[in-house]
Amino acid sequence: MSTIGYENWNVDLADVGAIYPFQGSEVLMVILGVAFWVGWHRIQFVREGKHLEAAKKQAIDHEKITQSVERY
Amino acid sequence: MDGNLNAITTVFTEFYYWVTVVFMFLIHVGFCMYEVGASRRRNHMHTLMKNVMVIPLVTVTFFFFGWWIYWAFPMFPFFGGLDAAGDANTPWSETMGTNLSDRITGVFWAAFLLFSWTAASIVSGSVIERIRSSALWVHAVMIGSVWWVIDAAWGWHYGGWMVKYLGYHDAYASGVIHAIAGGYALGVIMVLGPRIGKFSENGTPRDIPPHNPWMLTIGIFLIYTGFWGFYAACNVPAISPEVIGGQITGTTWTATNIYLAPTSLSAITFNFLMSLSGGLMAAYVVSRGDAFWTFSGGLAGVITASAGNDLYHPIQAMLIAAVGVVIVYKLHYWVERRFKLDDAVGAVAVHGYSGVVGLIIAGFMLWGAPSSPFEGYATINPLGQTLGAVIMFFVLGFLPGWGLAKIQAAAGVLRIPEEVELQGLDYAEHHSYEDAKAEIIEADKRYLANKITPAE
Repeated sequence: MSTIGYENWNVDLADVGAIYPFQGSEVLMVILGVAFWVGWHRIQFVREGKHLEAAKKQAIDHEKITQSVERY
Repeated sequence: MDGNLNAITTVFTEFYYWVTVVFMFLIHVGFCMYEVGASRRRNHMHTLMKNVMVIPLVTVTFFFFGWWIYWAFPMFPFFGGLDAAGDANTPWSETMGTNLSDRITGVFWAAFLLFSWTAASIVSGSVIERIRSSALWVHAVMIGSVWWVIDAAWGWHYGGWMVKYLGYHDAYASGVIHAIAGGYALGVIMVLGPRIGKFSENGTPRDIPPHNPWMLTIGIFLIYTGFWGFYAACNVPAISPEVIGGQITGTTWTATNIYLAPTSLSAITFNFLMSLSGGLMAAYVVSRGDAFWTFSGGLAGVITASAGNDLYHPIQAMLIAAVGVVIVYKLHYWVERRFKLDDAVGAVAVHGYSGVVGLIIAGFMLWGAPSSPFEGYATINPLGQTLGAVIMFFVLGFLPGWGLAKIQAAAGVLRIPEEVELQGLDYAEHHSYEDAKAEIIEADKRYLANKITPAE
């Protein structure tokens, strides 16, 4: 048994195509990959929203803002 | 890979594109340095992160659908259906992975992917210091894995409808990368608005100086360096007329441009350097020696000449670059004053206007020249190039950027709050840094007081 379809390299390479593991599950891998990508955007979007909201609330300290502006 | 010549050609071509990818990585390094150098201290970590995360997001989406679009859309939707060549380039295709019967797809995919990073990164620079990262990253996916790839299928593919019916010619991507990305950036900044303080009460624009001029300088030189790889990646390095299968007769192998029409590495080396020089010289004069416009002018010069740099004479490349830079420089300041637009790094001008000007000039300079080695294609002409420039800059660039930014603005997720803009996006990191610094200094002082006897 081999996850890539070959247990040794006693083959004519002209006859060899794909050699990655679990051939045949490409569509499932794409679904997992797209879910990972879209999920990442969702997590980042929510976190950034909260972060900016918190930043906006604590930005009432006028002195700190002035320091930041002067820091350039 | 049966037969020695076939094997050597395949291995050489694999390696050739692989090297171009490594070189092109420097474009992104350069963009990162340029953006961070141009931003103010209170924003530079967020500015860096914004551009770094363009890399993975555009990469995975270009794998999922960008690469398929390039192969499936050459005639779609106006002159035919989806091309069957797209089937082998879907993310579930066996050739989109480790496969001994296909040794080139991965490196060719990567060469195109690096163009995608560039398109997204151009937009990233113009919007620094006030856009939400989440908003920019959606734009990065759209310009990097959708819109520019559609324009590449139409106008940068040997079977694209713009090439066939308009005679569109854009050998080193004046339009398909630079005009579209500049147009897209213009659409976004129109909705996003300028940074606080960019314009005085009477509307006069203020300069917002870079926090680190050296980073800008090194950044733009890295972009020049990566541009070499970009130029090489736009060529097919060695191919026989038999494999091209067009009108070329005889058995002489040649390098070709992206349309499989003949050129040479010698030609593009001459023209890259002469257009860089023409751009630098013109920018120095027109900006009266302003360092950053001079350096950017070198880039704008190359971009202006790029549409025809496979065929121009080196002196033509130099003069075209110089003319383009003068137009672009004047246009940048006119648009800034007239429309109160804040393009933080001049990306709309250096990429967008240069690309448009370069396409139109190529239409006149190369009027009547074949756009393709295949029969039945329109020859290069000024009308086709002008229409191509409008499609690239406005239809596929400006409109999608403006439209998506409008939606984001309406949903309140485009721009950061003004309190945060004033305090700086790095405020949290800055306070953590200052707190951690104060704490470790205190701890060291206590240790010093308790454990070490002062010297007599």
